[in-house]
Amino acid sequence: MKFDTPAGTNPIDRETVVGQPHPRIEGPLKTTGRAVYSYENHEAAPNAAYGYVVGSGIAKGRISSMDVREAKAAPGVLAIVTADNAGPIKKQGFYVAKPLAGPEIEHYHQAIALVVAETFEQARHAASLIRVDYARAQGAFDLAAARAGAKPHQRQPDVRIGDFDKAFASAPMKVDATYTTPDHSHMMLEPHATIARWDGDHLTIWSAQQIVGWARRDLGNKLSIPQDKIRIVATYIGGGFGGKGSVCSDAILAALGARAVGRAVKVTLPRPLMPNNTTHRPATIQRVRLAAGRDGKLVAVGHETLSGNLPGGGPEIAAAQTQLLYAGANRLNLTRLATLDLPEGNAMRAPGEASGLMALEVAMDELAEKLGMDPVELRILNDTQVVPGAGPGRGTSTDPQSASGNQGKEEQGPRPFSIRQFIPCLRTGAERFGWEERNPKPGSRREGRWLIGMGMASAIRGAPIIPAGGRVTLDGKGIVTVESNMTDMGTGSYTIIGQTVAEMMGLPLDRVVVKLADSNYPEAFGGGGQGGAASATAGAYAACVKLREAVAMKLGFNSADAEFIDGDVRAGNRRAPLAQAAKDGAITAEDKMEYGDLSKRFEQQTFGAHFCEVAVDAYTGEIRIRRMLAVCAAGRILNPITARSQVIGGMVGGAGAALMEELAVDKRFGFFVNHDLAGYEVPVHADIPHQEVIFLEETDPTISPVKAKGVGELGISGVAPAIANAVYNATGVRVREYPITLDKHLTQLPEIV
Amino acid sequence: MKPFTYERAKTPAEAAAAVARQPGAKFLAGGTNLLDLMKLEIETPRHLVDVQDLKLDRIEPTTDGGLRIGALVTNTALAADTRVRRDYGVLTRAIVAGASGQLRNKATTAGNLLQRTRCPYFYDPNMPCNKRKPGSGCAAIGGYSRQLAVIGSSDQCIATYPGDMAVAMRVLDATVETVKADGTTRAIPIADFHRLPGDKPHLDNNLEAGELITAVTVPRPLGGTHHYEKVRDRASYAFALVSVAAVIQKDGSGRAAFGGVAHKPWRVEAADALMTQGAAAVTARAFANARPTEDNAFKIPLATRALAATIAEGKSA
Repeated sequence: MKFDTPAGTNPIDRETVVGQPHPRIEGPLKTTGRAVYSYENHEAAPNAAYGYVVGSGIAKGRISSMDVREAKAAPGVLAIVTADNAGPIKKQGFYVAKPLAGPEIEHYHQAIALVVAETFEQARHAASLIRVDYARAQGAFDLAAARAGAKPHQRQPDVRIGDFDKAFASAPMKVDATYTTPDHSHMMLEPHATIARWDGDHLTIWSAQQIVGWARRDLGNKLSIPQDKIRIVATYIGGGFGGKGSVCSDAILAALGARAVGRAVKVTLPRPLMPNNTTHRPATIQRVRLAAGRDGKLVAVGHETLSGNLPGGGPEIAAAQTQLLYAGANRLNLTRLATLDLPEGNAMRAPGEASGLMALEVAMDELAEKLGMDPVELRILNDTQVVPGAGPGRGTSTDPQSASGNQGKEEQGPRPFSIRQFIPCLRTGAERFGWEERNPKPGSRREGRWLIGMGMASAIRGAPIIPAGGRVTLDGKGIVTVESNMTDMGTGSYTIIGQTVAEMMGLPLDRVVVKLADSNYPEAFGGGGQGGAASATAGAYAACVKLREAVAMKLGFNSADAEFIDGDVRAGNRRAPLAQAAKDGAITAEDKMEYGDLSKRFEQQTFGAHFCEVAVDAYTGEIRIRRMLAVCAAGRILNPITARSQVIGGMVGGAGAALMEELAVDKRFGFFVNHDLAGYEVPVHADIPHQEVIFLEETDPTISPVKAKGVGELGISGVAPAIANAVYNATGVRVREYPITLDKHLTQLPEIV
Repeated sequence: MKPFTYERAKTPAEAAAAVARQPGAKFLAGGTNLLDLMKLEIETPRHLVDVQDLKLDRIEPTTDGGLRIGALVTNTALAADTRVRRDYGVLTRAIVAGASGQLRNKATTAGNLLQRTRCPYFYDPNMPCNKRKPGSGCAAIGGYSRQLAVIGSSDQCIATYPGDMAVAMRVLDATVETVKADGTTRAIPIADFHRLPGDKPHLDNNLEAGELITAVTVPRPLGGTHHYEKVRDRASYAFALVSVAAVIQKDGSGRAAFGGVAHKPWRVEAADALMTQGAAAVTARAFANARPTEDNAFKIPLATRALAATIAEGKSA
């Protein structure tokens, strides 16, 4: 099915199932422990051996010798996979770092061996018996120091519109500030985990993968296995946040280990290995320059961002959204990439926007203060209904995971937004949050030992739509089964795809069976870049359109007239039960939704506004969030429960980014030091007292017939700067280095002794 | 985890003898720290003597009006004890400020005193660490040291003692009772229990090989108001950046011990004497010889401000 003109009215608009607050259909399986996650699939691999990954003890250099004799002789050990015996592993795919190093080491904790043994304990102990000598090499581990060698990157060309320097120099009101964001670790609850099993030359992996198609492609390419000989199953995933975007060391080494021992092998990454062995959100240094007239209208908007990565890796595209958020005639937008020898930087939870808004939206707060203008009003004043400037806007999607080729690339001339409810988000949020209670003078509200502050920030996040398919089967009992290789990281994919099919086929949700995340099912991209929900439901829609036609034909209806309601098919005064169409045998339909140029003609984004109130301990400087509000405009909300869960989860991530999350870099040894959950702090329940989410009514007919967009990453974009601005409002101390920990403002707080 | 053997002792003396007899043996109580360290092969005992059957899980009055807390009393039980809550509030407050409910249900009074440092370099076997591997060096010095010691450290180690309960025990002048392998017993003042790292940072405390903690006693109640101010980056489940255990009397006198700043709970009695002069005077004396790193110099003004908060709280109580 080709989607190339804006959608008209269709069965989804009935919203009898879609848009309704259905709890997650697989929820009971998870809360009762019956949902089988990758590492636990004992049925698929009852006799699996255990693999344990050995990580490099140095960040850069070579293995000069590795002695595995003692390890190999240890009790229970079946095999040890190293670069010496693994065979060639090609360096292509979504992740650029090698999944198995040797003799060259690219980064700390890069896998150098997999020990396979009968039990986990045996494998882990034998791993400690491997003796490795390294020859350390000098590496680059300091982003600020690597700036001199930084270069532009093809994924985000420079944008220069008007005469930025001149406009900035001559404007009466301006902000010129540098902000830093640290490296972040995904730290999803379920670690990377895989069971691999070979049946002849056919490989199956049960693996925590966000994007089944990419996992199969990259596993095939790296190990030179034809893709039709690989099956990926990722039925349930315990969170990903971008960290499971494609195959990591667990999957590659499980496959190699299973081949070496001739039986299934299971591998999971121990928590302390994850931050350095896998990928992370890279640190940024961002300079934002905003200039405005005394009326507050922006005349110059400059955003420059620097990040680092391993050779071949990409930049954090932290400045791109700035091209889309506010008006302003003169613009400078530069993305620079330095080479570092730290672990690979890659996609994490709204890559680009999450980091970029942490700078831009604090700069806007600083500008509002200089202008003596309310921060909400400043943003409203600078709204734009077209992409500013005639230039290319943004080169590609800011998210490598979405990687949709149909984002406006060569577009010339002002491009309209498909729908932009940015101002309603701001106004609704201000009203619902009680923004008028905010005292614009920082440090002026106190309750006992607490300094109280309120802050807000804008949110914007791309709404990618990616071609996706689906297969639907109607059986004689009137049950429709939908199959798609879309994944569910705990996000609600099962439920919203089920709701889409139920709506299309005129069934209640309990008459639909949803089967996901198996490479044997039709390709539907997966979970990433907040593109999964919109794309996969559109794929299911396409398949259902085909099934409706087949059913109508079978029952003798004109398919254009047939309505599917309450388990029946109706036209005129005739009706027949849906199940009757399959009484002689199940009917299967498969289709794929493909797209024309609507996403080139329209800039498709999601918008929001985040509001936050914090309390800062006047004595200790500790920062505690009191309440948070998100207002989101993100197309049709397919399910208010799962959408809300997505957004509040994002808000928790934003709280972490604002107040505590930081992978501490040891610039001598070149690694992330705090590489476990004791050292890398994420918010706990006590940090998140009250969250509210409001979804504005919206449908976007330019996206797909379902008119829905993703919402999960909008939930984190803009949260951290809203908190930062609230902290400033509480204290009067502006901290521009995230996370905002108490040591950064302690001595500037009011004297207390 | 290295393979190990395991036994369950029946009496404290038997347990002490069993550990003393076998090189590389260790006591196992709640296991909340030891088992984690064994999985990482930072601790590699060859033999574990499980002490859970020793019946050391009672809290009893002492003849001088204090309490004798059995070594195996869990953190949860100790914090909830009505006598402790009434007379030793600082202890309850310190305990509930630490870890999580689940961990406190397993962690014991003696085991908590023996909790090892959370220095991230100690936890990473690839890194030099004089505490983990004597003579290998200290990666924390010159490295990421935000959590680490500001006072009492040495050129060989800047680790901190991470716990909360012991900081309260220190302000209460608790005593650690032990039994040795030969059956003799001794009482160690809490001030002398933990060590400074010096040139032997691998030793956390002054226990001898095979010496088993049987109880911790606290003297008769001090009166006053009891405070435990734990400062951390998130609201729960984090080790202290700085903590203050304090008992403040009506006349403004009092005593304070600091956590998160040294290799042991940090208390300077001469600084306590300055309490009526305010927090700055106390910490100026208590941290007189501090040698913080660039990363953790903030802990000294933070200690002052945290103590000021407790003094203010004491006044308003």
